[in-house]
Amino acid sequence: MKESSVQSAVGPQSVNLISATAPRKSFLARFQRWEWMLVALIVVGIVINSRLTPYFLNAQNLSRTSADFMELGLMMLPMVFIIITGNIDLSVASNLGMCASFMAVLWNLHVDIWIAAPLALALGTLGGLLNGFLVARVKLPALVATLGTYAFFRGVAYVLLGDQAGRGYPPAFTYLGQGKLPGTLIPFSVFLFVVLAVIFGLVLHRTTFGRYLFAIGNNENACIYAGVPVVRVKLIIFTISGFMSALAGMVLAARFGSTRPDIGTGMELSVITAAVLGGVDILGGSGTMPGAVLALVLIGLVRFGMGLKNIEDQVQSIAIGSLLILSILLASAARTISAGGIKPSRQTIILAIVFVVIFAAFFFFFYWSRAPVLAAL
Amino acid sequence: MTVENPPVARSNLLWTLTRWREAGIIIFILILATVVSLRASDFLTLGNFRDILLDISILTIVALAQTMVILTHGIDLSVGSGIGLVAMMVAYTIKANPNIPLVVVVLLGMALGAVLGIFNGLIITLGKVPPIIATLGTMSIYRGMVFLYSEGYWIPPYQLPNSFKLLAKGTPLGIPNIIIIAVIVAILVYYFLNYTRTGRDIYAVGSNPVAAQYTGIRTERIIFLVYVLSGIAVGLAGVLWASRFESSQTNTALGFELQTIAASIVGGVSISGGVGTVPGALLGALLLGMINNAVTLVRISPFWEQAAQGLLILMAVVSDNLIMRGMQRNRPK
Repeated sequence: MKESSVQSAVGPQSVNLISATAPRKSFLARFQRWEWMLVALIVVGIVINSRLTPYFLNAQNLSRTSADFMELGLMMLPMVFIIITGNIDLSVASNLGMCASFMAVLWNLHVDIWIAAPLALALGTLGGLLNGFLVARVKLPALVATLGTYAFFRGVAYVLLGDQAGRGYPPAFTYLGQGKLPGTLIPFSVFLFVVLAVIFGLVLHRTTFGRYLFAIGNNENACIYAGVPVVRVKLIIFTISGFMSALAGMVLAARFGSTRPDIGTGMELSVITAAVLGGVDILGGSGTMPGAVLALVLIGLVRFGMGLKNIEDQVQSIAIGSLLILSILLASAARTISAGGIKPSRQTIILAIVFVVIFAAFFFFFYWSRAPVLAAL
Repeated sequence: MTVENPPVARSNLLWTLTRWREAGIIIFILILATVVSLRASDFLTLGNFRDILLDISILTIVALAQTMVILTHGIDLSVGSGIGLVAMMVAYTIKANPNIPLVVVVLLGMALGAVLGIFNGLIITLGKVPPIIATLGTMSIYRGMVFLYSEGYWIPPYQLPNSFKLLAKGTPLGIPNIIIIAVIVAILVYYFLNYTRTGRDIYAVGSNPVAAQYTGIRTERIIFLVYVLSGIAVGLAGVLWASRFESSQTNTALGFELQTIAASIVGGVSISGGVGTVPGALLGALLLGMINNAVTLVRISPFWEQAAQGLLILMAVVSDNLIMRGMQRNRPK
């Protein structure tokens, strides 16, 4: 056994703390992971959806709807990196808008699309570099820096395109967002996303760079002392995020077949929602790429199913928002209960009743006050 | 004025720079005002100043609440959706009962907002969900509830009684009510943050939550409180929004949360908590309002408005950050 030699070298005490082999997980413990929870939710989603409507398990429908979430997914991949390091990028959707608008302007000036698109990708990368510079070099909090660029990039999109629109892209370009792999029903954008997701996942979980991301998220100061190139790593991930936002912009423009400066507005929050729902800790330090991808599938399923039942987009967001809060609420509730739970004193019971009454009154008013107005319509 | 002022530092560089942080915004505002008035003569008129104040009143009210939230190292992303929901519920209520007294309307709005704030506060303190996630979630939920509530219909101006429309724009005291309300809110928040024990506790919780806990401050309660206060401000803002724009739509105040955060941050409120003042947040809101106004008056294409705003936010936070670093380097030994 190797263990004995380790024991003699470092003394008996350390062996108790650090065993030479990885701790063996019980069969059950392997299933107590967030990813499996997501898989279970996805299965439930599929079952419910296929019961509710016969149009769900339809290859055409599934193919078309899966393409709707790929721009979100493309931006989510680097967002996972960024959130794992304890940062955030609020500017992704604005960057997407800026790049798509830039490409549209060039296209309207009769620049060849295969020159315009790479230039737009370069612009997005520069935008990401600006974020990285502000966060890593100027040492602004990421929330503040990217809030600023959030407004700035979207502003540039409006300045570039104004009240114009880019349209009439050549079919070779719209293939990026509308085309399917030859002979199959798999949209090209899904193929692109899957390839990139595998690459991002491997980088995150199988490379030193990936380990750096977790390390920075856990303790940035310790990383600096340990010689991790923190500044460079941050610059790189924000720059990648810029590039991926631009790529998502191309895909979205290709899917719509047109571009307006408000393209993709508000998507940043969906991107963050997907990452966090996938089990990436918003405070940094933990998260997995499979989890994030599963969360994206779950969001897609929920939205698709509700869409088939003619539930408006905005009402669907209630479900997504609740899912986001519950995913963290349930985890912390489980921790509270396993730590002994809250002891029900008289005060907490009274407070609980008060809050229940308040919320009940709110919902009573909610339904009571709308009835006469809606009845009169 | 800020809590991090050491009492011995009255005469040294640290103190001067701390004072300068607000002076910096004032200088920026003066430069902007001079440049713009050279291009547009009607910029520096009383009427235009009134217009600016009218435009930033609602922003000010919510930005002050946002400041309190950010002081505790939190953030409230749900304010825009909250305003939309309260505005819609209030507008529906008034449409169904046109004779309802205005005082009741305002109180109703604030109560509805408070419930939204209580919900945020409970998720954050009891549920231990990070504020940015909790309010990101409720932002979607509240916006969705606007649609659920209204079923996509909106309340056009002619369906609202005149008395309600005059709530924001009426001038019984010579100045539009909405400006007076904003000033009152500012004075209340200023007094609350600087001269009450709970107000000081907010700074303490934001500066060092562990130390605050050890000194006997019930941090959870303080955090819960700021979200409820934010909710009340949202309720008030919702009523005023419906009154000022004489309508209520499903996309009311969409994206407003980022403006309130921008006003706070430009005003020198630190996103990591514990640092920031009411005058700073007011100046931040004023600066944002002036830029919007100036873009229109100088006849720059309105499409530049957001780019200018974004650039300004970046400049403000970068310069603020450099000043802070300078302060740390010159900290008295």
